[in-house]
Amino acid sequence: MGWFKRSPWVLHYNATSCNGCDIEVIVSLTPLYDLERFGIINTGNPKHADILAVTGSVNEKSRQVLLNLYEQMPNPKVVVAVGLCATSGCVFQDCYNVLGGVDKVLPVDVYVPGCAARPESIIDGILKACEILEEKYSQRKKTGYPAAKE
Amino acid sequence: MNTIHEIVLNWGIFERMLAFVLLAPLVGGLLAGIDRKVSARFQGRYGPPVLQPFYDAFKLFQKEKIIVNKFQDFNIVLFLLFTIFSGALFFAGADLLLTIFSLALAGTFFVLGGFCVGSPYSHLGAEREIIQQVAYEPMIILVAIGMYQVTGSFKVSVIAQYELPLILYLPGVFAGFLYILTIKFRKSPFDLSMSHHAHQEIVRGLTTEFSGSTLALIEIAHWYENVLLLGMVYLFFGFNPWLAVFVALATYLFEIFIDMNYARFKWQLTFGSSWLFTAVAGVSNIIVLSLMR
Ligand code: SF4
Repeated sequence: MGWFKRSPWVLHYNATSCNGCDIEVIVSLTPLYDLERFGIINTGNPKHADILAVTGSVNEKSRQVLLNLYEQMPNPKVVVAVGLCATSGCVFQDCYNVLGGVDKVLPVDVYVPGCAARPESIIDGILKACEILEEKYSQRKKTGYPAAKE
Repeated sequence: MNTIHEIVLNWGIFERMLAFVLLAPLVGGLLAGIDRKVSARFQGRYGPPVLQPFYDAFKLFQKEKIIVNKFQDFNIVLFLLFTIFSGALFFAGADLLLTIFSLALAGTFFVLGGFCVGSPYSHLGAEREIIQQVAYEPMIILVAIGMYQVTGSFKVSVIAQYELPLILYLPGVFAGFLYILTIKFRKSPFDLSMSHHAHQEIVRGLTTEFSGSTLALIEIAHWYENVLLLGMVYLFFGFNPWLAVFVALATYLFEIFIDMNYARFKWQLTFGSSWLFTAVAGVSNIIVLSLMR
């Protein structure tokens, strides 16, 4: 059995969010929602993280940072796109510098909709991500390595 | 409790060492879990389950191993081994000075682990860890000296069974020890090198480059260390085992309380205040003791 469900550590990265979704991510750590009761920790270090929560659409500048962060995370890992910007680009998708949602750069496992995404749905999304984390772990154990080149 | 005490007294050195090696991580992990729960309650949150630290450690062992260079893990394993060694010595009733020195050696390996990688955050954390070590080390040695002055022995087994209450002779030393215990437990306001809570300005300080099972080893070493330090608190009240265990636990809760109430100090203040406190409380206590004799 994997223990990922019981202690997923989240790394939050702001690609080019308007800060609306970021505030909601932080709000889910406050006493009202208290993410930590699920054992979830908001870490600032990609090497300790299991889940990468990205807010905001991706542009040329944030693309490389995002890739770097993702590559530094040890397997198994999942990506959660928080907010409409991160899922599709939202109203910014036609901008000349915007590439679009996070899935243009990284394999996204969970999409959390909403502008801004509500704390309840962020928590739901992260718990969903835990299940995928468990799946990836058992797959990794069987095949020895992560589902190649996701 | 008295019967438990007698059973422990009848054990040989190796049985006691084995008991420490096996039981200390359980106790330490549980204490860490209680720490997180109580901290959460202080902040008006529900908090994680009490067994959370164990879940975290199990998970970390299941993660992929990413090693920056081969010396990194070597240092951490030595850190763990020497922490266990000093704890085992302590609980076997051996020399208190030897315990303290091997604990200092363990800390040195931890610092070396932080220095052997390239990350500037890790280096900053390691530098701060050295400052912390310099801040707390004099006081820990004063604890051993004070106990020697009262009991006439450095042996933990003799000190623990001394009939008179040590705390009456060493109130200053105990106060000084409480002060630096906050540094050793890595609590605010002295959590300069790495903080358990919100990962602040230096990412995760000393542990920035450690991941997966190595990070779990660091955490486990920390559990061993905590149990050892609470054992040192026990020594001050060794005349009454019940009271001693109670005070050790109360000390831990007190440290959590301090942790919740303070913002982080700058390193200058950390260093200056702990040396000042060591001088005022610890050294003066030792001087008074030697004048009384
Ligand atoms: S989804 Fe809305 S709130 Fe979130 S980053 Fe985009 S524009 Fe801001």
